[in-house]
Amino acid sequence: MNAPITSPALTAKDFKSDYKPVWCPGCGDYSVLTAVTKALAMLELRPENVAVVSGIGCSSRIPAYTTCYGFHGVHGRSLPAGTGLKVARPDLTVLVASGDGDGYSIGGNHFLHACRRNVDLTYIVMDNHVYGMTKGQPSPTTEPDWSSKLAPGGTGVREFHPLVIALASGANFIARAFSGDPNGVAALIVEAVRHPGFSFVEVLSPCVTFRPEQRGWKESARPAPVAYTDDPARAARRLMTDDGFNIGVLYKGRRAPFAGLPAAPTHSLADLEGGFRL
Amino acid sequence: MKANHSSVSVALAGSGGAGVMTAGNMLLEAAAAAGYYGLMTRTSGPQIRGGEAAAMVRVSTFATDAQDDRFQVLAAIDWQNVNRFATELPLGPESILIGDQAHGEPPEVFTKTGARYFPVPLKQLAGQVQGGWPNMIALGVLAGLMGLPAQALEAAINKAMKKGVEAGIAAAKLGLAQAANLDGFKLKEIPAKSSRWLITGNEAAGYGALRGGVRFVAAYPITPATELLEWLSPALTKVGGTLVQAEDELASINMALGASYGGVPALTATSGPGLSLMIEALGLGVTAEVPVVVVDVMRTGPSTGIATKSEQADLNIALYGLHGDAPHIVIAPNSLSDCVAATEWAVGLAESLQVPAIVLSDQYFGQARAVVDVPAFEKKSFHRAKANSNGQPYKRYALTDSGVSPMAIPGTPGITYTADGLEHNERGTPSSQSGDHLAQMEKRARKISQLDPGDAWASIEGEGDVALLTFGSCTGPAREAFARARAEGFDARLVSLRMLAPAQPAKLKQALAGVKRVLVLEQNHSGQFLRYLRSEYELPGEVKSLRRPGPLPFRPEEIYREIVRP
Amino acid sequence: MSKPAKKASGEEAYADFMSRAYTMELEAIERYAQFADALDTHNNPEVAGLFRKLSAIESLHAKRILAEMRWPSLPALPAAYAWESVEGPETAPFDAVHYLMQPYHALEIALRCEQQARKYYEDIAAGSAPKRVKAAAKEMAAEEASHVALIQDWMKKVPQPAPGWDEDPDPPRMNE
Repeated sequence: MNAPITSPALTAKDFKSDYKPVWCPGCGDYSVLTAVTKALAMLELRPENVAVVSGIGCSSRIPAYTTCYGFHGVHGRSLPAGTGLKVARPDLTVLVASGDGDGYSIGGNHFLHACRRNVDLTYIVMDNHVYGMTKGQPSPTTEPDWSSKLAPGGTGVREFHPLVIALASGANFIARAFSGDPNGVAALIVEAVRHPGFSFVEVLSPCVTFRPEQRGWKESARPAPVAYTDDPARAARRLMTDDGFNIGVLYKGRRAPFAGLPAAPTHSLADLEGGFRL
Repeated sequence: MKANHSSVSVALAGSGGAGVMTAGNMLLEAAAAAGYYGLMTRTSGPQIRGGEAAAMVRVSTFATDAQDDRFQVLAAIDWQNVNRFATELPLGPESILIGDQAHGEPPEVFTKTGARYFPVPLKQLAGQVQGGWPNMIALGVLAGLMGLPAQALEAAINKAMKKGVEAGIAAAKLGLAQAANLDGFKLKEIPAKSSRWLITGNEAAGYGALRGGVRFVAAYPITPATELLEWLSPALTKVGGTLVQAEDELASINMALGASYGGVPALTATSGPGLSLMIEALGLGVTAEVPVVVVDVMRTGPSTGIATKSEQADLNIALYGLHGDAPHIVIAPNSLSDCVAATEWAVGLAESLQVPAIVLSDQYFGQARAVVDVPAFEKKSFHRAKANSNGQPYKRYALTDSGVSPMAIPGTPGITYTADGLEHNERGTPSSQSGDHLAQMEKRARKISQLDPGDAWASIEGEGDVALLTFGSCTGPAREAFARARAEGFDARLVSLRMLAPAQPAKLKQALAGVKRVLVLEQNHSGQFLRYLRSEYELPGEVKSLRRPGPLPFRPEEIYREIVRP
Repeated sequence: MSKPAKKASGEEAYADFMSRAYTMELEAIERYAQFADALDTHNNPEVAGLFRKLSAIESLHAKRILAEMRWPSLPALPAAYAWESVEGPETAPFDAVHYLMQPYHALEIALRCEQQARKYYEDIAAGSAPKRVKAAAKEMAAEEASHVALIQDWMKKVPQPAPGWDEDPDPPRMNE
C-alpha cells in the first residue's frame, strides 16, 4: 500500500466553523481564512489551543469563522487583547487579525509597541488600502490620489509603510503575503507562528467592492527576489526601496520574546502581608 | 504638661531636599512603634524635584483615616512657598509654629490664626551632629511635642534609614530635648495594642486584588494610581502573576480583557483621565461578559485637573459613562483599610458575574499611609463558573435564570466560541435580531439585579431620625463627627454606601426607616452622589446636600455641626 | 512536489502523479463549495446551487482516483503543496466571483478551470514522464476535455448576461 500523503491529525476543514462569512464574494479575506485554517492544520495544532483575536472591520470578522477560541473586541485594540491573552496564557497559540484601518490607524500606537514588546504571537493584517466596513474611506495605506466621498480628489497624504514601521519598532519576523496565493499565505503564516516573538504578516487582500482595480495586484505581486535577512540594517534598505509587492519572508530577527506569566508562585499571600505588619 | 490628648496633628513643611516626607514617615513609624494609630497624608507643589512640600501626620489613640479639624503643630525646615498650603493646614490659637529663624519668620497667613511661634535653630542644631540633618531635628521636636518615647523614635529611625542611623538618632534626640522646653500636646497612654498594619490605600487595594485572585495586571502610569501598580509589580511576580506596562490606557484595559478571557483574573488601575479612555472597552467586557476590574484612584478633574489631589467626581462616569445599556458593578471602599476588602470583593463579583467592576478609590485613600487594625476578611469566596464539554453544542451566552452562563476557557476542547462585542445569540453568533438583543440585555441585567450583597452594601452605624449618606473617603470625617455627637448624647445614622452599582433601594429604604432629615455628603461640585441617590432611591424627609469639590477634605467639625443642628 | 521526482521508478512517479491529480480535485471541490457558501450568504441561491453542482462533479472525479489507487480514505491536502501556478490548475481564484453573478458567469469560471486542467494533463502526456504516467495523463486529459464540452453545452442553455448585470442601484452598506 503506497499512500504518498500522510494525514495530519486534523485538516484545514476542522478549523473552519459553520458560520458563513459576510465578506463580499470575491474578497481576498476568504483566501486568508483558508490560509489560516490550512496553516493551523500544517502546524498540527488543535482548535482549542489556538486563539484568534481581532478588532473591528471586515478582516476582524475572521475569529468566528474558525473553530478556534475567538475574541472579537473593539476597534483598533486587537493587539492589546492578544498581548494580554498570550502573556497570561503562554501555552496558547495566539493569532491576531486586523486590517489597515483597524491596525494602522486607530490601532497604530499598539502596533509600534507590540513590535517592540515582542510577545510571541502572530499578527496578520489584511491590507486592502480602504475602510470597507464603513463604506470606502481612505485608510493609512491608501494612495494619496485615491478619490473618495470623504476625501474627493484624494487625501494628498502619503501612505504609511507598515513593514518599515514594524522593522524600526522591533518586530522579530516580517513577511508580506498576497491573498491571490492562499497556499503561499498559509506557508508564511506557518513560518510566522514557528518564529519566536512578534511575527508580522502583512497580507495584500484586495477589496473587490471599493477597490476593484486591486484585482490587478495579481500582476504585480511576485516572490521577493532575495532571501530574507536577519540584519535589520539590510532589511531596512530593502524595505525602504520595496514597491510593496515583494512577497515572502523579508526579515527574521533574533530577539528574545517577552516573558509570560511565571510558571509557579514563590510566595504566599501571607508572605506579602509581612510587608505591612507592624 | 498633661498627657490628655487623644489625637495630635502635626505638619512638617519645607522645600525639596529638606527631607520632610522621610521625617514624616519616620514620625508615623515611631507612633506605630509606641502603640498609637497614625495617618500620614502629604501635599506638594507642582515641581518634580525641589518644590515645597508638607507631610501631615496625625497620631491618635483611636483608629481613623480622617484629618482632624486643625493642626496642633506646623513645623517648617524653611518657609519658602509654604503659605500656598494655608487652606490645607488649618491652625488655631492653640496651635504652635516651629521654624528656624535662619530661614526667616513664618508667613502671616499662619501667624494671623493666633498660632504661637517658637523658633528652633534646626540648622544650627543639626550642625552639632556629624552627618546631622535639620529634618531629623524637626522629627525629634515633633515626636517630643506628642510625648512619643525616645525608644520608639529610635526604632523608627533604625527601620527607615539605610545609612547614617547613628547621626539620625543623635539629631532626633537633640530635637526631643528642644521639645522638652515647649508646651506640647502629649498623647494619652494607649491601651493594649491590637495587631496592626502600616499601609497605604493603594497598597491595600493592590493586596485586595491579589486576595481576590488577580494574577494579571496591565496598566499605564498615572498619578495617583502609580504606587498601586508599583506595589503590585513585584508582588504579582511572587504569587505567580505578572504586570505589563502598557503603551496607554486603551491598551491596558484591553490587555486585561484579553488575559481574563484566557481565564486569568485581571485588573488595571488608573485615575479619571485613564478611566475615560477605558470606557469603550468596559462596554466590551459587559457585552462579551469578560470579567475585569478597574481601580479608579480618583483625582481632581475634569481633564488633567489637579492630578495630585483628591475629589469624588468620577462617580458619574463610573456609574453612567458606558454607552448603551451596560449593567456593571461599582464598589467604593469607605475606609483606607477597606481598600483591601472592597477590591477583593469587586474582583469576586466581577469573576462570579462575568462583568466589569469599577472600584472608586481616591487620591486621599491611595496616597495616605495609616496604622490600621488588621482587617477581618470574609470567608466567602467567589469564582468564575467554567464550562466543560458535555457533547452538546456549547451556548456561551445561554439564557440561564441567574443570567450567568458557564464560560469556556481557551484550552478546553469541544466548546470553543468567539467572545464578541457585537450583539449575539446564545451561541455567541453575531445577531441583529431584536429578540436576541432583548434576551441578552435582560440576561446581562438579570445577573446584576439579582445580586444580593447582604450587609456588605453599606456601613450602617447609629440610630436616630437624622441620617447622613455618604461614600468613599468622606466616611472617615463623618465617622469622627458622629463619634463626637454621640459623646454628647446625640445619636444619628451614618449610612456609607460601598456598593454603588447595582443600587440597593430596598436596603436603603430599610436603613432610613423613620428618618426625618437626610444629609448627603460628597466631595464634588455638582452633587453627583445626591443626583444618583435621587434617581435610584427614595430619600425621606428634608434632604440637605453637603458638598464641595476637592482638594480640601471635609473635616469632622463641619459635619458635626450639620448633624446636631436642630 | 511540484514535479515528479526525476529518478523515481514508474510506480512511484505514478503514485505521485495521482496524488497531485487528487489534490487538484480537492482544491477545486473546496473552492466551488466556498463560492457556493458565499453566494448563499449573499442571496444568490441559483449560482450557489450551480457551484455546489460543480463541486459535486469534481468529487466524483476525486473518488474515482481514490478507487483507482485503492487509497482507503481521503488523504488531507499535503502541507504546502506548491503548483507551478499559485494554485492548482483546476482551482478558480477567490476573486472570480461577484454577488450579482449569473449562472453563465459561473460556467465561464468552470470552463476556464477545465481548460487549464486539460492543458495541464496534455502537457504531461506530451512530456518526458514515465510511460504509465503519460498514459494516465492522456486519460485524464480526455476526461477534462469531456468536461470542457459538457460545460460548453451547458453554457448554451443558460441566458447570456445583459450588459450592466453587475449594477446595483443601492450603495454598499455600512455595517460597523
